[in-house]
Amino acid sequence: MSMTPNTTSMPSHHILSVLVQNRAGVLARVSSLFARRGYNIFSLAVAPTEDPDFSRITIVVDVESAPLEQIVKQLFKLIDVVKISELDPRRSVERELMMATVRVASEDRGQVVELANIFEGKILAVGTEAITVSLEGSPDKLDDFEELLRGYGIVELQRTGRVALPKLDKEARTRPHKNGKAS
Amino acid sequence: MTEQITGAQALIRALELENVDTIFGLPGGCILPAYDPLLDSHIRHILVRHEQGAGHMAEGYAHVTGRPGVALVTSGPAATNMVTPLCDAYMDSIPMICITGQVPTSAIGTDAFQECDTVGITRSVTKHNELVMSADEIPLIVRQAFHIATTGRPGPVLIDVPKDCLQNMMTWHWPTDEEVLESLPGYRPNTKGHSRMIKEAARLILDSKQPVLYVGGGVLKARAADTLRELAELINTPVVTTLMARGAFPDSHPLCLGMPGMHGNATAITAMQKSDLLINLGARFDDRITGKVSTFAPDAKIIHVDIDPAEQGKVRRPDVPIVGDCRLVIEELVKTIKEMLANGEVQADISAWKSRVSGWQEQFPMYYSPNEPGEALKPQFCLEKLHELAPAGTILCSGVGQHQMFSSQFWKFEEPYTWVNSGGLGTMGFSIPAAIGAKVARPDRTVWAVDGDGCFQMTAQELVTASVERIPIKVAVLNNSYLGMVRQWQEMFYDERYSEVYLSPELPDFVKWAEAMGCVGIRVESPEEVEPAIALANSINDRSVVVEFRVDAGEKVFPMVPAGFGNDDVLLHPNQNDRREFLR
Repeated sequence: MSMTPNTTSMPSHHILSVLVQNRAGVLARVSSLFARRGYNIFSLAVAPTEDPDFSRITIVVDVESAPLEQIVKQLFKLIDVVKISELDPRRSVERELMMATVRVASEDRGQVVELANIFEGKILAVGTEAITVSLEGSPDKLDDFEELLRGYGIVELQRTGRVALPKLDKEARTRPHKNGKAS
Repeated sequence: MTEQITGAQALIRALELENVDTIFGLPGGCILPAYDPLLDSHIRHILVRHEQGAGHMAEGYAHVTGRPGVALVTSGPAATNMVTPLCDAYMDSIPMICITGQVPTSAIGTDAFQECDTVGITRSVTKHNELVMSADEIPLIVRQAFHIATTGRPGPVLIDVPKDCLQNMMTWHWPTDEEVLESLPGYRPNTKGHSRMIKEAARLILDSKQPVLYVGGGVLKARAADTLRELAELINTPVVTTLMARGAFPDSHPLCLGMPGMHGNATAITAMQKSDLLINLGARFDDRITGKVSTFAPDAKIIHVDIDPAEQGKVRRPDVPIVGDCRLVIEELVKTIKEMLANGEVQADISAWKSRVSGWQEQFPMYYSPNEPGEALKPQFCLEKLHELAPAGTILCSGVGQHQMFSSQFWKFEEPYTWVNSGGLGTMGFSIPAAIGAKVARPDRTVWAVDGDGCFQMTAQELVTASVERIPIKVAVLNNSYLGMVRQWQEMFYDERYSEVYLSPELPDFVKWAEAMGCVGIRVESPEEVEPAIALANSINDRSVVVEFRVDAGEKVFPMVPAGFGNDDVLLHPNQNDRREFLR
């Protein structure tokens, strides 16, 4: 992939990468800390890591820095949380997957296929009145693609929420939160 | 070594191995299997009349011993009845283990009889909770629970055990310390303060001209009362003890200013306001201490010692944050300051500050209008007499409201772990069960519970538990026939429009009720009856005693910082108001 991730979007969004023990109830513990304070989680992605005993939760949240610091500290207090890094959007690579079914008559289908090809997306299914496409890429690229598809009429759309890892250049890119583990 | 036992046997054996000597509980369907091996155990079980009582008893036990209190109850309604004590323990950082029964694993999620989502419901009121999924997990989960409840910032841990996990056979294995630590990779509380931060703190302390030691419950949790005294005397600095820290520093000590906060005394409040350095040891800048945060101690630099990193900067950003155990950090501070002094450094002159503080103390002692002949009894007078006549080492427990504030204000605390109350959550009805738990843990001590008539009616049934289990406590009911604190707010802030605060002067009949529960009941209506009644209560040690004091309903708690106001706006007792300018 030669695409450069667009990292200038949504400056008020913070990306938290939370390493947790892979066990029942952990996601509920994490999400309820946000819910209690009335903060909406913008997107959330969870899956096991290279070590199946641990999962990584990538949380994108739209919140000021001060309350975020308090939330991060509270997250540390959860017994199942092992490590938290706040990923600086300018120093991370972010990816997201989107699937969309677009209503399109067979004569216009070519336009959507062409659009998908330009964006390096995939055609997943073709019906007489609709087509399902997928696209993996930076969240901004997905936004653009979604906008263009909207003109045709989106029947169903699903995005995964972003996952992110620090970029591999120069020094370490993650910003591990201070104070280590909580009590 | 492949001993096969049931999950229930494993549970009780695990509790024995954790040195549990007392369980407060009440059996029911899903927890039944655990009650069978309990018959063969040396652990004492106290059968309560309501599960909430078991929770508060466990808290009282933990308050006075520092060891986790243990509550054992069944599923569903029993678990929901535990929510209040769990939340109470969580707010006040009380180590506690709560074991709840659960419907069998195959029935979980089917809305089975007495099923509820216990771990879901208690997630936000526990330090940690676990749903057991197989009998084999029980020993490790119990060990984890005790480790988590008692280390770092203490707190309640709940273990939810499905019935089949209690009934199934398992291979006994008691996990080693290493196995416990390895199973909790995300839990490594930091106890030792950062040495550079401690040096910075010592520097600030020596340079301060108007320092105050702001002492919270963390000092008691860390068993740091002796170390605190050493520090206070070394730097000759006034000490305020918050509601959770009463007893951490002797009230009779010349450096002690008593309790600050919404109903703190004028000197403690003002000393904090005017200080140039607040040395916060295990306190959390609670809203009842700070008043309006933006006007709280505006010129003070802050040293904040707390074992919980999330407390650092939560309310007030510290100049020197120190994450660590209060005892270890204070010990290091003392050492560092001594070294600096030995190297020829000198502490700033704080004598002007000390004399200013003493001036406030002289002008604004704790005060109430004494009884005039024929007037109703003053609740503060009852507290003074209770304290005066209390045998040495008496433990005082209190409910929540005016009587709680009078207790903290007019009792003189001389040693740690003699004050048990619900500070953070403010749970009415806390005192009687907490007093029972305290008495079970310290049978050698006299335990007084000070209660209001409102509070008493919430948990009084546990006096039956006390009678049956032969746990003799003493209860002082300050009966003003009102929800007194609410009444005070309605009088002061709602134009005396009293809405739903009047209980009843005659109902219930507290003496008859006490007698019905196997206690001695005594009614006191006039000041001259106070001493004899208390003396009689103190002389009875074979059963519990309830003394009902009919007190003045119009009496209010002063000083008071009205909610939403800053501490500079403290309202003094009307008779002290003409001296207000001394506080400037």
